Amino acid sequence: MCSYIVEKAALVGSAKGRKGWMKIDTANVYYDHPYHSTLDHVLAIDFTNEGEGGRDRVAVELSADSARALIDRILAALASGEAAHALPAPSVPVAAE
Amino acid sequence: MSFYQGLQAETVSFRGHNGDQGEAYYARPTRAGKFPGVVVIHHIPGWCEWTTEVVRKLAHHGYAAISPHLYFREGNPGEAPDDLGARIRAAGGVADAQVMGDVAGAMAYLRAQPNATGKIGVIGFCSGGRHTYLAACTLPGIDAAVDCWGGNVVVDDPKALNDKRPVAPIDLTEKMTCPLLGIFGNDDANPTADQVNRTEAVLKKLGKTYEFHRYDGAGHAFFNTLRDAYRPEQAIDGWRRVFDFFNRNLAASASSIAAE
Repeated sequence: MCSYIVEKAALVGSAKGRKGWMKIDTANVYYDHPYHSTLDHVLAIDFTNEGEGGRDRVAVELSADSARALIDRILAALASGEAAHALPAPSVPVAAE
Repeated sequence: MSFYQGLQAETVSFRGHNGDQGEAYYARPTRAGKFPGVVVIHHIPGWCEWTTEVVRKLAHHGYAAISPHLYFREGNPGEAPDDLGARIRAAGGVADAQVMGDVAGAMAYLRAQPNATGKIGVIGFCSGGRHTYLAACTLPGIDAAVDCWGGNVVVDDPKALNDKRPVAPIDLTEKMTCPLLGIFGNDDANPTADQVNRTEAVLKKLGKTYEFHRYDGAGHAFFNTLRDAYRPEQAIDGWRRVFDFFNRNLAASASSIAAE
């Protein structure tokens, strides 16, 4: 929409970009005209490390529908992953304190 | 003389706002003669390949054209323009005053060339259309300006104004000193058809020389061949309007190729 509106999300993680792996601390998220995609508007995310100047980035440009679907899949992956990685329930009942 | 004339295109160094040295993409006809100049103001995503195609198209039609890289201060020469655009966006965009200084610098570059007629046009797309409107109102020495779907010329929410963009361009219309051509898609969301109508009403009320062309079946960026928004029929007619306007106002007698 020809705007400079950007949502910033603080992150803990890593991303692989042009120079290999890097730590990231920020995602700049916006919905506007793309640089590469042929779509009129995209949901774009730039993963950066602002603590190190924010000069390198890992970028994605997504259609609005696929961005929403991605949110859904991220939540599903977290739910199933957390369930799978949770400690198994104790086999011996724990005495109540 | 061949129907299709040669051109030369290259990245050059220019002096922009505050005398800062940056990169610009410059193309000119290679045949002998003098040529009017045109500054091309790129869109908000940055200094992209399509922008260079516009510069070469203008040279093909008999103009010396230059597109200053408005985000050059964010990086070093050779860094990818899209990465610089991302940094600019995260920082809240470029200041209008800085862009006007860069456009003035690009105009000075054109005028300094030995093959310049001295006539200067400006054309801009998307945010560059808004910058073109601002330039037409604030920079001396522009002979013709073309605003292609510039959004936010009319600012309905005062909160959209800030230190970098302190004034709504529409409020500067009285100071416009050159003819203005506007190209708009009726399906565009920014500017909307209503905003285009309100811009035209102000131009008309103030007695400015302008012409607006609105296209059905087209939205934002419908000249851009690299986007799904491209509309060939509307774009062909739009380019015809652009070259007709520049030819009339910049006296490009050297340009004899019909807009394609």
